[in-house]
Amino acid sequence: MKNVNRILVWLMAFLPYSAFASDVEMADLLHQNGKIYVVVGVIAIIFVGLIVYLIALDRRLTKIEKEEK
Amino acid sequence: MHKIGETSAQILGLAWWKWVAIILVFFSLTAGMLLDVPKLPILHETIRNLYYHVTQWFGMMIILTASLVYSIIHLAKGDRRSDIIASEAINVALFMGTLGLLTGMLWAKNTWGTYWTGDAKLNGVAMGMLVYLAYTVLRGSMDEEQKRGRVSAVYNIFAYVMFMVFIMVLPRMTDSLHPGNGGNPGFGGYDLNNNMKLVFYPAIIGWTLLGVWLINIRVRMRSIEEKRKMNFKQ
Repeated sequence: MKNVNRILVWLMAFLPYSAFASDVEMADLLHQNGKIYVVVGVIAIIFVGLIVYLIALDRRLTKIEKEEK
Repeated sequence: MHKIGETSAQILGLAWWKWVAIILVFFSLTAGMLLDVPKLPILHETIRNLYYHVTQWFGMMIILTASLVYSIIHLAKGDRRSDIIASEAINVALFMGTLGLLTGMLWAKNTWGTYWTGDAKLNGVAMGMLVYLAYTVLRGSMDEEQKRGRVSAVYNIFAYVMFMVFIMVLPRMTDSLHPGNGGNPGFGGYDLNNNMKLVFYPAIIGWTLLGVWLINIRVRMRSIEEKRKMNFKQ
């Protein structure tokens, strides 16, 4: 439960703080645990990018399918 | 005639199970990095590869099983759609297997000290992949559609059995470095605590569904290509 809470806090906290990841003044969550949160943020951004791309591909294919019918 | 287009219920213009795939893989990528894991010598934090390396192989085997089922359906009904699904499933499974091999090599380099050894599990999986590569070569070598469908479906049954023997049976009969083989306990045995299961099981489902999504796109593309080919012939 503690861990689940930690993830929720991180998820809520990450987006507004991400722009200031290099700012010393913001050194709280993103600088804990050997900065693993920064790595997770990078992974999350890449994954979201890939998924957005995949969804766009899927939509385009759906459009082509409608044209074929 | 085979269907064209998405058939399952949609949320925001995307099939519901694709949203499940996105959520579960995102969960495995974030929770998998952040939740506590057992502290073990040699492995250290690399035990987290369980969520990423092992799930590629699990997903691959689930997809290969689905491909086998579609091949059997194709042999029974002779329909074109299950032939397309079976073959595209193997293409995606090979892609996931390649990712599994590469990630496994990186993991092995940093725990066993080498990218590749003559281990029964490693050589077995390499042979298993070759058996499935032969499937794609066999398929590519035939033009006549019905013959290609039947021959590749029969070969798929053979390939599935060979693959499972190579990666599940033979490595367990000799010594192996790989967890879960040759007398080695798997991660499930003693050190996979509940925290890890919380991520591992959703990760398997998520990565598998992501593979199914790729199959879905490939099958839909192939259906359009086939339809255009038929229109051209008429």
